[in-house]
Amino acid sequence: MLDGFLALYIFMLAAFTGYEVIARVPVILHTPLMSGSNFIHGIVVIGAMIALGRAESPLEITIGFVGVLLGAGNAVGGYVVTGRMLEMFRASREKRS
Amino acid sequence: MTDWFPSVIQACYFAAALLFILGLKRMSSPRTARGGIGWAGVGMLLAVAATLFLPGLKHRELMLLALVLGTLAAWWSGRRVAMTAMPEMVALYNGMGGGAAAAIGGAELYGYASHVVHLLGGGTYAVAGYDPPSTAHLALALVGSLIGAVSFSGSLVAFGKLQGWLDRRFVFAGQRTVNALVLIAALAIGIWLVVGRLDATAITVFFVLSLALGVMMTLPIGGADMPVVISLYNALTGLAVAFEGFVLGNETMIIAGTVVGAAGTLLTQLMARAMNRSLGNVLFGSFGVASGEAK
Repeated sequence: MLDGFLALYIFMLAAFTGYEVIARVPVILHTPLMSGSNFIHGIVVIGAMIALGRAESPLEITIGFVGVLLGAGNAVGGYVVTGRMLEMFRASREKRS
Repeated sequence: MTDWFPSVIQACYFAAALLFILGLKRMSSPRTARGGIGWAGVGMLLAVAATLFLPGLKHRELMLLALVLGTLAAWWSGRRVAMTAMPEMVALYNGMGGGAAAAIGGAELYGYASHVVHLLGGGTYAVAGYDPPSTAHLALALVGSLIGAVSFSGSLVAFGKLQGWLDRRFVFAGQRTVNALVLIAALAIGIWLVVGRLDATAITVFFVLSLALGVMMTLPIGGADMPVVISLYNALTGLAVAFEGFVLGNETMIIAGTVVGAAGTLLTQLMARAMNRSLGNVLFGSFGVASGEAK
């Protein structure tokens, strides 16, 4: 099991990373970046897989199954939508230049 | 199981975390934005593949079935939706992520509850062979569930509003007080679950209150403000994922979730500022009539 303070250090460093990484983002990228970060928290699907893999009672199995279903939807949907947004972004930029 | 196998899984998780951060970095610059999502996508594939081979997990066939069903549904809906409907699709997929985080919390909490026996005179003991969760684990599972459930139901309401299914703003006197009371009630039950007794019925009430809070927080907000609200729920889902990552002891979830939580919070502020609004104004200022909200 993860040591409490180690997790706290990871949490702190990751929070600064997230903040710094997008600190100078132009306004036109706001929505694609929201969508892209929406895809990244689709990593929740692996947590749901672990929860389903540990489940014992039918209730836990059902919740875990729904969790994996939703998590997969988050990851795949987030990827498809972000990809389409960024594609459109490139097309419109090339037309302008 | 051979010795090197767990290290390969850990290496995949590490690479996934690295690819997520690099991908997000590339997505924040116009010239490299398109490649960024690809980097993050490779990271996601690595992490899911590693988890499929994680030793000691049961129900792998159900796992695969849910993965395939969720993938097909999201791929199909994401492909066919019109470009103008993108913000509500982000809301929908974000809500699914919040729901998944709440589901992790739910499965773990009900699991804890079924392993703890409560004595009549107060006090508890755990079933033999069961390692009871620490207070920090319980608290983070509950907070992650609360945030995840709020993000789930709130995002679904945002999706419904942008789809035009809920086109009226739902406002009544004392709404903020009612919302605050619902939040306080959820927190009180959460505290009782941690320090009092871990009871399945109370867990269910906790989830119902959390879901209700998300709906009631989002209903009064007008359609023009929705992108900011969706961005806020996006950040909240990231935070919920990080908390549930701690509960499961998964570093990649903590890193990816926290990065999204921090980046999403900053992004929410930037979006609100681009609209000449403050975040507080968007969330709580919905009682006055703002321009562009008539839709």
